Amino acid sequence: MHLHALDTYLPGESPVHRLDPRVKLVLTVLFILTAALMPDRAWLAYVLLEGLVLAAVLLSRVGLGVVQKRSALALPFLLAALTVAFARPGDIGHGQVVPLPGIPWAVSEAGLWRFLSIAARSYLSVQAAVLLAATTQFPDLLWGMRALKVPRILVAVGGFLYRYLFVLADEARRMMQAREARSAVPAGRRGGGTVLWRARVTGAMAGTLFLRAYERSERIWNAMVARGYDGEVRVLSAPALRPSDWRAGVVGGLLLVLLLVLVRTV
Amino acid sequence: MLRSEVLLSPTPMHIPDGFLSMGVIIVCWVLSIIAIGLALARTRKSLGERQVPVMGVLAAFIFAAQMLNFTVAGGTSGHFLGAALAAILLGPWAAMLTMTTVVALQALLFQDGGLLALGGNILNMAVIGPVVAYGFYRGVRTLLGNRKGSALVAGFVAAWVSIVVAAVACAMELGFSGTSPIGIALPAMAGVHALIGIGEGLITVGALALVTATRPDLVEAERAPAPAGMRWVWGGLAIAIVLALFSPLASPYPDGLERVAENLGFIERAQGPLYEVIPDYVFPGISNEALATIAAGVVGTLIVYGIAVGLAALLRRRERAAA
Repeated sequence: MHLHALDTYLPGESPVHRLDPRVKLVLTVLFILTAALMPDRAWLAYVLLEGLVLAAVLLSRVGLGVVQKRSALALPFLLAALTVAFARPGDIGHGQVVPLPGIPWAVSEAGLWRFLSIAARSYLSVQAAVLLAATTQFPDLLWGMRALKVPRILVAVGGFLYRYLFVLADEARRMMQAREARSAVPAGRRGGGTVLWRARVTGAMAGTLFLRAYERSERIWNAMVARGYDGEVRVLSAPALRPSDWRAGVVGGLLLVLLLVLVRTV
Repeated sequence: MLRSEVLLSPTPMHIPDGFLSMGVIIVCWVLSIIAIGLALARTRKSLGERQVPVMGVLAAFIFAAQMLNFTVAGGTSGHFLGAALAAILLGPWAAMLTMTTVVALQALLFQDGGLLALGGNILNMAVIGPVVAYGFYRGVRTLLGNRKGSALVAGFVAAWVSIVVAAVACAMELGFSGTSPIGIALPAMAGVHALIGIGEGLITVGALALVTATRPDLVEAERAPAPAGMRWVWGGLAIAIVLALFSPLASPYPDGLERVAENLGFIERAQGPLYEVIPDYVFPGISNEALATIAAGVVGTLIVYGIAVGLAALLRRRERAAA
């Protein structure tokens, strides 16, 4: 299997796909920022934000299900926030406190609302990030970041990372396949040696992968020097924003700012 | 499938968006940007025109190496973050940059960690992780001297400490944000990652052993001059101790310092209209033991150094017996 399937970009023809990557990046970050600045228990605002992101998903035609499925990946982390819902019984004056049988903590009403608010804002943000990755090719994202003044070297390193990720991931997969092929387990016996031994084998694989990557990077550098590379990363200047990009950016930005101001002042 | 199970398995250390408060986000970004700026300047000097291709391909290596895993027990598997290995092999500055691009790509492409929360994730995994790992590696190496196996002991300690310290930093960010009471988040994160750290340590040692056997010239930490190395030793130790000192204060309910004062009896409990606005969660274990937690953190950090010194003595004795 090749790992090109790793790419989270879903090709398509839609206004969202066509939108300039700079505008998409800014709008996504602005959306996440808006969600982050929403107060707890602003349920109506959460629903409106969800409406915005769902509208964008529908417009992009990547499929509601795909976006929800990918967004669900962030859910396990909610366990970390779940702890905020608990309080010790006997804490009074902070809303209803419901003791649970058998454990020293209780669910507090205030804590529960806080947890649900965190969960809602987090899920909103993940959906926006999923949509960005699904509708923007990574090289476009890179030049978008470059145009938005992310340090050039950092963007160039990111570009190399993306370029060779698939090469090295394939290499890692072949190594794991080779390990599988050499690790027969006789029926009825435990295979694979001790945990220490398995860890050492995996460590040696990581070391081998490092050496291969390092030597590859030397070859790549040589090839680049042979073609005149002098340490400067040169890129074509970014194209100007089209009127449709301006419109989308301004309308989207205004909507988000308006929503934030409304919720914050009311 | 490989993609969902291995590469995208959300580690408990990548903070998604929505979990950090704006204040914490800003502080994390500022610290990360300063560190990245320094790292950019330093690697430009040391790597020159090789900077981009070398660091780009090695960042891809870290990403790909995170796919390698081994079964531990009962369906769980150990895998690998790579900050310590990167720091030992490439040096702390280059490690910071490679880890930064790895963490950023995980967020942008795979939503493993949020975009606003990226500042915090970079700080934990790409700044604190490599710095602490490099400092502890150099420190333990200095303590153990040049005897056989000391590089591997140092590598294990560095990898374990870098994981646990990064997890503690993550718990503190969640605590300061009011997302997770520090009394639960800290022991939970530190506990889980103390186990994960063992796997990290073992893989790091395996990789180091192989690289030192075949290309010893590539291990940066062995080539770097000693005086500069000592600065990293103190830097790494300082980060670990500062985190230990401040961890019990990482609570917005009420402000951590006030809580200490309150616990010490400086502030009357009844005095707080301030506290009534915010629910004043009190958790068993930390409410009146903030100082004990601080002490425990510092002691824990020192114990790791102590274990290293003990191992050194043991190795020395064995060497003498062999001689």
